Amino acid sequence: MQRDERVFILGEDVGARGGVFLATDGFLEEFGEERVIDTPLAEASIAAVAIGAAIHGMRPIAEIEFADFIWPTINQIVGEAAKVRYGTNGQLHVPMVLRAPQGGGVRGALYHSQSVEAFFAHTPGLKVVNPATPYDAKGLLKSAIRDEDPVIFLEHKRTYRLVRGEVPDEEYTIPLSSADVKLEGEDLSVITYGLMVHHCLEAAQTLADEGVSVEVVDLRTLRPLDSETILESVRKTGKALIVHEDSKAGGIGGEVASIIGEEAFEYLDGPVTRLAGPEVPAMPFSPAMEAMYMLDADKIADAMRKLAAY
Amino acid sequence: MELAVDIDKNQVADYYRQMLMIRRFEEAAGRLYLQGLVRGFLHLYIGEEAVAVGAIPVLDVQDYVITHYRDHGHALARGVDPKAVMAELCGKATGTSGGKGGSMHIFDVDRHFMGGHAIVGGQLPIATGLALSIKQRGGDGAVMCFFGDGAVNEGEFHESLNLASLWKLPVIFFLENNLYGMGSHVDKTHAAGRDIYASAEYYKIPAVQIDGMDLLAVHEASAEALKKVRSGDGPVFLEAMTYRFRGHSMADPVAYRETSEVEEWRVNDPIERFKSFSLAEGLMSEDELAQIDREVIETIEEVVEFAKNSPEPELDSLWDNVYA
Repeated sequence: MQRDERVFILGEDVGARGGVFLATDGFLEEFGEERVIDTPLAEASIAAVAIGAAIHGMRPIAEIEFADFIWPTINQIVGEAAKVRYGTNGQLHVPMVLRAPQGGGVRGALYHSQSVEAFFAHTPGLKVVNPATPYDAKGLLKSAIRDEDPVIFLEHKRTYRLVRGEVPDEEYTIPLSSADVKLEGEDLSVITYGLMVHHCLEAAQTLADEGVSVEVVDLRTLRPLDSETILESVRKTGKALIVHEDSKAGGIGGEVASIIGEEAFEYLDGPVTRLAGPEVPAMPFSPAMEAMYMLDADKIADAMRKLAAY
Repeated sequence: MELAVDIDKNQVADYYRQMLMIRRFEEAAGRLYLQGLVRGFLHLYIGEEAVAVGAIPVLDVQDYVITHYRDHGHALARGVDPKAVMAELCGKATGTSGGKGGSMHIFDVDRHFMGGHAIVGGQLPIATGLALSIKQRGGDGAVMCFFGDGAVNEGEFHESLNLASLWKLPVIFFLENNLYGMGSHVDKTHAAGRDIYASAEYYKIPAVQIDGMDLLAVHEASAEALKKVRSGDGPVFLEAMTYRFRGHSMADPVAYRETSEVEEWRVNDPIERFKSFSLAEGLMSEDELAQIDREVIETIEEVVEFAKNSPEPELDSLWDNVYA
């Protein structure tokens, strides 16, 4: 925002409150009401106002307070933003970011826990990002803001407190659609993203103690996927475990599994396996049931052992 | 009819020509549809010409027009090349979007014509965002946003009125109330009845209902609205009462309204009405009108020929403007 006057933020409680998770704390004081705009509760219009400003040359960042409230934006994001460049034959484009905190494990129950990435990642014309570390979040967010087309930027809200990491003050960007090998290994590839990256790294440590070398690939961008990095890893290890918190059917894992099946079949030495959230309609409130819903390092380590045994 | 606005002879001829252009363009599009040269969904603006031609020419180059799917009339009134519009209807490479958009998605960014939007009500908050950006960048442009009586029941209508009023944005919300959302009469779809403009007053937006079949009334209200919007006091809401003489689309058998109702409205045909007025006031002669009629027909013939003779898009253009 210091670098580019066209960048502004709008959303519920982003100004005076500094964001529900304080992501924009202090922004109002630094950038003023013109560039840090508190909106009424009108999610469809928050997204659409960003589209309108973007086609006029601005670089809006629209924040949806919780990803659970993102559904009214679908009409605008999937119906309009994703199609503008294509439908106008390149006359217009929509350089906007739609940010939203998502995910469970915070006692948020039905409407403060959802994972929404698969709905957007299905849509040609959208880019979908889900960073796992503070370092990646900064580099990817900068790239998202500077991108010429709409980017859905999902942040797992549990990583806000759970994960600490170095973030250099200096300028850097991380290209979208670039997966990152967070841990190199030889026996088994785990392909994951978001909060699950941390659980997978912990599980990989456990497996290392048992003599199994696990490679952890953090997708970082869910659309377009970095197929090359996925395939390179699987061709090396011959085994692929895909892990995500979102439920399994129609999820990102199915897409990754298909890419592996189509492009690296002859390298496989075991079934491409998905470990994902359960097929239940919502995150239950009961802490015990929530723990059962959420994946953790133990569950992931079990899946790793099973696959490693092939 | 009183001559409420300053209007000179050249303007009268130009407005008449523009309305007639839209009428003949739409008739030609309907013929091309019946010949199978325009496919898909085609929504004609016939009967509503006085709204687009009364309103849009009051705007300047820095202003923006954004509208709904019944968009040919608005595009022509904004000066979009009729050849490119007809070619787009035919899905040709020479169309406004190279054949990718079709009838409901006419865009011409150079003329600040920001579409043709087929999601009913979807363009209202986009117009609001455009206006926000204009204000942020310190421009003096305004946004004229058209929508129909169907759109006012969408949540985004209310969200947009609230935001634009709250932020004092330069938008003219222009309701074309043609009484029917597809086949449903407004009496059956809107609890507040036919005076929809009154709902804007709740959001502290000055609102006026006008006779949408009377070009001069539309012109006067639009010019006044633009002046207000430019002053920085926020949006204005106009409701033009109008009527489409044809069905919702070419595929509509129009079983939901009586022929007598259509006939009643036809008496008010905006072009005939303007013609009679011009003659009565001595602003145009029969000869001048006949001359314009001939010229418009010739132009439309050229437009149709251009669209017919234009090449199909390259099939590989399927992949153009794809990034994710």
